[in-house]
Amino acid sequence: MRELSLNILDVTQNSISANASLIEIEVIEDSEEKTMLIGIYDNGKGMTPEQVESVKDPFFTTRTTRKVGMGIPLFKLAAEQTGGSLSIESQVGVGTRVKTVFKTDSIDFTPLGDIESTIVTLISMNTDRDFIYRYKVDENEFVLSTQELKAVLGDVPLDEPSVVQWIKEYLHENCSEISLKK
Amino acid sequence: MKSLEELMAIRDKAKANMTDREGSGDGIRVVVGMATCGIAAGARPVLNALVDEVAKRNLKNVTVAQTGCIGMCQFEPIVEVFEKDKEKVTYVKVTAEMIPEIVASHLVNGNPVAEYTVGAIVKD
Repeated sequence: MRELSLNILDVTQNSISANASLIEIEVIEDSEEKTMLIGIYDNGKGMTPEQVESVKDPFFTTRTTRKVGMGIPLFKLAAEQTGGSLSIESQVGVGTRVKTVFKTDSIDFTPLGDIESTIVTLISMNTDRDFIYRYKVDENEFVLSTQELKAVLGDVPLDEPSVVQWIKEYLHENCSEISLKK
Repeated sequence: MKSLEELMAIRDKAKANMTDREGSGDGIRVVVGMATCGIAAGARPVLNALVDEVAKRNLKNVTVAQTGCIGMCQFEPIVEVFEKDKEKVTYVKVTAEMIPEIVASHLVNGNPVAEYTVGAIVKD
């Protein structure tokens, strides 16, 4: 993957397939520690300890069209090649938490890339789910919650083109402001 | 700065314009493969370009959705077009630059762009 935001888009599809109704994505940058933490937390159907071990194996997948699943292994590789790590906590019936640590000063650090595009794609393609996106750089934080947006929108759907456009601009303005304060 | 108040205004406007989106059951369904293979090959900008183009042209009979692995990972990004009573059309190695042509020629005028389809690439 050329950007971590693509790994995030990919790994979040697992939460969607696991029937999660609420998915939280957080990106936390610490400019002093030179780290970026990326977390994807869901309330989906969860996994057994054996499944948790096996998703880190590139030759495991639950889908039936192919015998390999690469989502988690690629994300894990991207983290480990910077000197960071990936961990998964999961409980059947409760949900799954995927946590990664990246060292941003590593030469092998993949840039986050167009995270706004990932978030907008997830929200507008899965209007039946709720997302919380938290972007934090040092002391400054921005949070977007689709539950909040849905409360404003009423019966206007989140994939209505003018709404999608607004979410794009809203994310862009707020996230760029936070990264500038760094 | 964008605010939630502004979103309220957009909601009211959208409500006024929301007419018969679900009116015709014979709509065109376009799906983009968004599994690991698709995403790694560049499906995200393709999906976004498609959504933008359909919105720009206000094509109320077209729905854009994502799907998992279509099974031909080497040809990703893949876009499939489903239309009632017609054979499915599969576009392969799609880029965002191809989208306006596919939308104009195929979705609007009903002529699939043969050179971008799987049939043009796999010749055995």
